[in-house]
Amino acid sequence: MSLTATQGEGARRLPRLSGDWPLIVPMGLLFIGFFCGPLVLLLWVSFHNDQNMEVTGVAMWARFLGDPFYWNVVLDTVMLGVKTVALTVVLGFCTGVIYLSCGPRVRSLMLFAIVLPLLLSVVVRTFAWIVILGNEGLVNWAVMSLGLSAAPLRLLQTELGLVISLAQIELPLMLLPLLSVMARIDPNILDASHALGASRWRTMFRVILPLSVPGLIAGSLLVFASSTAAFISQSVIGGGRLIYMPLVIWQQALVVYDWPFAAVVSIALLVTVLGILTLISALGRLART
Amino acid sequence: MNAHSGLAAQTSGPPDARPTPAVPTEPARRGATLDVERVSHSYGGFRALDDVSLSVKAGEVVALLGPSGCGKTTLLRVIAGFLNHTEGNVRVDGAPVDRVPAGRRGIGIVFQNYALFPHMSVSQNVGYGLAARGRSRRQIKDSVARFLEVVQMSAFARRRPRELSGGQQQRVALARALAIEPGILLLDEPFAALDKNLRLDMQIELKRLQRDLGLTAILVTHDQEEAMSVADRVAVMNKGRIEQLGTPVEVYDRPETLFVNSFIGSSNLLAGTVAATGPTGTTVDLDAGGRLTVAGAGGPAGSRVLVSVRPEQLHIAHAPGEGLFPVTCRLELPVGGNSVLDLQTRDGADVKLVRLRAGAPPLGNGQHYCGLTPDARPAIFPAPAG
Repeated sequence: MSLTATQGEGARRLPRLSGDWPLIVPMGLLFIGFFCGPLVLLLWVSFHNDQNMEVTGVAMWARFLGDPFYWNVVLDTVMLGVKTVALTVVLGFCTGVIYLSCGPRVRSLMLFAIVLPLLLSVVVRTFAWIVILGNEGLVNWAVMSLGLSAAPLRLLQTELGLVISLAQIELPLMLLPLLSVMARIDPNILDASHALGASRWRTMFRVILPLSVPGLIAGSLLVFASSTAAFISQSVIGGGRLIYMPLVIWQQALVVYDWPFAAVVSIALLVTVLGILTLISALGRLART
Repeated sequence: MNAHSGLAAQTSGPPDARPTPAVPTEPARRGATLDVERVSHSYGGFRALDDVSLSVKAGEVVALLGPSGCGKTTLLRVIAGFLNHTEGNVRVDGAPVDRVPAGRRGIGIVFQNYALFPHMSVSQNVGYGLAARGRSRRQIKDSVARFLEVVQMSAFARRRPRELSGGQQQRVALARALAIEPGILLLDEPFAALDKNLRLDMQIELKRLQRDLGLTAILVTHDQEEAMSVADRVAVMNKGRIEQLGTPVEVYDRPETLFVNSFIGSSNLLAGTVAATGPTGTTVDLDAGGRLTVAGAGGPAGSRVLVSVRPEQLHIAHAPGEGLFPVTCRLELPVGGNSVLDLQTRDGADVKLVRLRAGAPPLGNGQHYCGLTPDARPAIFPAPAG
């Protein structure tokens, strides 16, 4: 708007920024200094052929892209994210439907219960899952007392156990955007569906679900990004048996001290996650039209 | 259930020797009767409906009219089956439907904001009820085409609701409600979101459709003109009760309670004291001066009453006389072919008067006299305590 105004005046050459722009300076500097800067640095580090970073080249990239082991790690990481997203979508949508059918008081109680885990450290929540999933844990105690299995089920250090605990840990990230979208659904629309003779199931899948898609997409983005990068949960529940990209980065950077290779894996993780996120939001746009 | 089946049955009877004219004695009606019997409903401690009874004939349009919070929407939701009322019965075509879910009552609903499914096309919206009833693809397609034709929206079948204007959305909402071929149509403030010109068009169109299809309809509205123009009978509601149920003319000309009188149309309330009661009515001494005889009972001699007179039932005289009370004119506003006079009586009450503008010279500032026109039908109510 200031551009057209100054052109109209014809006095100044440069378009005058509107008055609030200095407010973005602190955040902008922080962003450039501590996000863009390190990112560029990371890219620069990744193009070195040796651990001491004396020779520049693409050897590390060749090593990463040429080894099927690392491709498998990328695939496992993506699949971990996809499975966690799938589980949180199902759990989140069911919770959302219950949320919709509740009155305002129960709703605020539900919101409180959803936000509550966020107040606890991820480490604490992860260790809680060890107690639940371990050989002498709650689940195995129940399974063995009921005589469903003679030996304890192996849940720790398996992908299943990790997906279950990640789904619980990341569920608030799904629920918060999802519930705000679902709460905006006009209750008359649900009444209309009911009055037109639709069963609860039809209303749920033909009306509530399609109208919840924007919330599910937003939640999926957060859960995917967060669960693929969940280094603590991946290492604690996976216990070193399950190898995902964050673990590889940690090993290369802090155990092997191969910084260029750690930088390559980091950038690969970033690109992979960004790629999947773009795909999810493209799907969301497709569903909306 | 088909609208044409009644007609088809009449024309495809066994061939008679004499050709009989195929004129049905009555239009094919498929409207259901609706009986609301002593229904009450409370939200917590608040009594939203208090012992409401209402019988609606097949093919009749009844408007539930009242201010917000009077219980009209609660009553609509009880009839629709969205609310389980605390006491009483609702019957459709004589059968109790209290335990019948909303979708199986044979009732179509048009919501105030239309409540169209935003993610579906116009066709999908209209076909939704039929799909929910498990009709075949072919049946759904035919019905959708037919009802879009009825509301003149065939050209918009593939559009999404957000690509339509308010009036068009309303037509779609109507087609969606009609597509399940209900016996009763419920309309919740259907015209509230439309601008004034479009509102009248849609009212006429709705009335024509309802008549052609022989539908029973319940219209919830706070707009009295809308209730008057569309409905056969009007139920004026206040505080969870039906204050008066009657034709628009009855409700306007012979309001039974002070609330109905004040809510419907505009009226002047003149305070007075009963002087005598007789076979012709009640004689009242107005505080403004003058003595009127009004049909109806206002109480024994000496009791305080309010006499209600419509602005168009008053006239101006320039000399004192029988039944006239003195007024001064504060303002004269030309409104179309009429002029509205803002008068003040000697006890300070405001009186509005409407008269034809043609031929009447503007009123001066001096003393004038006001009285009832010969055809006036004033109403009398006991003055509320306090």
